[in-house]
Amino acid sequence: MRLYELSFDEVERFFYKLAELRDTVKDSGLMSYLPESPSFTGQIQGTTRVKHAFPIFQKGGVVMDVTSVEQAGIAEEAGAVSVMVLDKLPYDVRKAGGVARMADPKIIEEVMNSITIPVMAKVRIGHYYEAKVLEALGVDMIDESEVLTPADEEHHINKWEFKIPFVNGARSLGEALRRISEGASMIRTKGEPGTGNVSEAVKHIKIVNQELRALLSMAEEDRVKKSRELQVPYELVELTVKYARLPVVNFAAGGIATPADAALMMWLGTDGIFVGSGIFKSEDPLERAKAIVLATAGWEDPEIVLEAQKMISEHKAMMGIDIKTLKPEELMQVRGA
Amino acid sequence: MKIGVVAYQGSFEEHALSVKRVFDKIGKGEVIPVKKPKDLDVDGIIIPGGESTTIGQVALRLGLLDPLKEKINQGIPVLGTCAGAIMLSKEVTDAKVGKKGQPLIGVMDASVIRNYYGRQRESFEAIVDLEEIEGGKEKFVFIRAPAISKVWGKAKALATLNDVIVMAQEDQILTTTFHPELSGTTSIHEYFLRMIKR
Repeated sequence: MRLYELSFDEVERFFYKLAELRDTVKDSGLMSYLPESPSFTGQIQGTTRVKHAFPIFQKGGVVMDVTSVEQAGIAEEAGAVSVMVLDKLPYDVRKAGGVARMADPKIIEEVMNSITIPVMAKVRIGHYYEAKVLEALGVDMIDESEVLTPADEEHHINKWEFKIPFVNGARSLGEALRRISEGASMIRTKGEPGTGNVSEAVKHIKIVNQELRALLSMAEEDRVKKSRELQVPYELVELTVKYARLPVVNFAAGGIATPADAALMMWLGTDGIFVGSGIFKSEDPLERAKAIVLATAGWEDPEIVLEAQKMISEHKAMMGIDIKTLKPEELMQVRGA
Repeated sequence: MKIGVVAYQGSFEEHALSVKRVFDKIGKGEVIPVKKPKDLDVDGIIIPGGESTTIGQVALRLGLLDPLKEKINQGIPVLGTCAGAIMLSKEVTDAKVGKKGQPLIGVMDASVIRNYYGRQRESFEAIVDLEEIEGGKEKFVFIRAPAISKVWGKAKALATLNDVIVMAQEDQILTTTFHPELSGTTSIHEYFLRMIKR
């Protein structure tokens, strides 16, 4: 259990101050789009506070990729905090090639009607309208994901415009803060999807941690310079320094295949885990899913992780791909920096 | 005073920080994570928000569910928010999927409907009047929140929002369907700590 200097409420008040600043700019006719106004009357849906709060209740949990109602049922039974509905698992996306798009809304809807836990779905990077479709469908969170083929090579979706929270991938502190300033409510540090190989996820969380430590030791004037370099608002950099962590919930994703992998990522400072192909590309999905849930919730205690690791057999793990055998054009993580 | 927060999944860090801030204000106290039965040597327990199915599954596997239930039956004060309120109630259904088997503690004479307001899109923030516990009107978030549809026996409603019960108490058990741990007030945590002192 980690304790921080700032509370959720204090972080949110900061985001509202930023919104207020932009509102002033907007009222002066200097800006066209915006997050909602901070004025508050009675009961209100889809605010920044409501969107940032959703991932808090995912912390310490495992989000599992599923492609069918049956798999969603297994994930729920195993104790997943959410399911992510896809057309194909990342491993199969990699094998199939071609253009990977949003999943079939009919399947997403069937999954939504069959389980009690939240349902997420992926859209292509920059594909505003796939996201609008999922918002109309009412999924709980949208993943603007590099696993699918990017629809816009230059821009990400302006996520402030949506009533539904977004999660985005990041390989560095700058990438994470850029996504947050575009309105992402949650970050997942990218691994290399569909490989069953945790090494890239480890590399990227370590880069984020290292950059964070460097930022903490910087003088104010250097942080101003750094914010320009990272192309993010200086205020967001200051919030990150004050909070001494990413200002939204941060999960690990890409290549996690065993309970020990999950515990490793938690130990490195992530708030929870996304498992893609690791569960349903193994030969023991239900037991493996339960074991990864247990290890993620109990990562601080090696005995619990041991118990989790004993629940599964290494012979039944997904085979995995060595990152070094992938050609540069086969890497998904580099999409949308 | 020692408070234990069930720390598998959800808003346990936020609860711990809220409790710590109250302790900073009123004097000494300690807050610890509860993961195994041996961690239950505390004066009060908080079950955080999160996914009740996940918390229930992990608690069951680590053998915490029964000792926790026993402790609560012996009268240790417990605060459950959102998923915690679901875990503590005797009757649980889901607004859309209906009844589903999930591991629960089931000690409070209350009936809870999961996902009562709908999905995340329907999640909201609202002002709740805390008059019953001598608090003010405060802003709270309701995230895929349940509703307490019925209380009976010694359980009573402490706060409602549009005639739906959002906070209830039965002796030493306090539940809310919203999230005091994400709010700008510690009044509910203070009330809970006063329950322990009594």
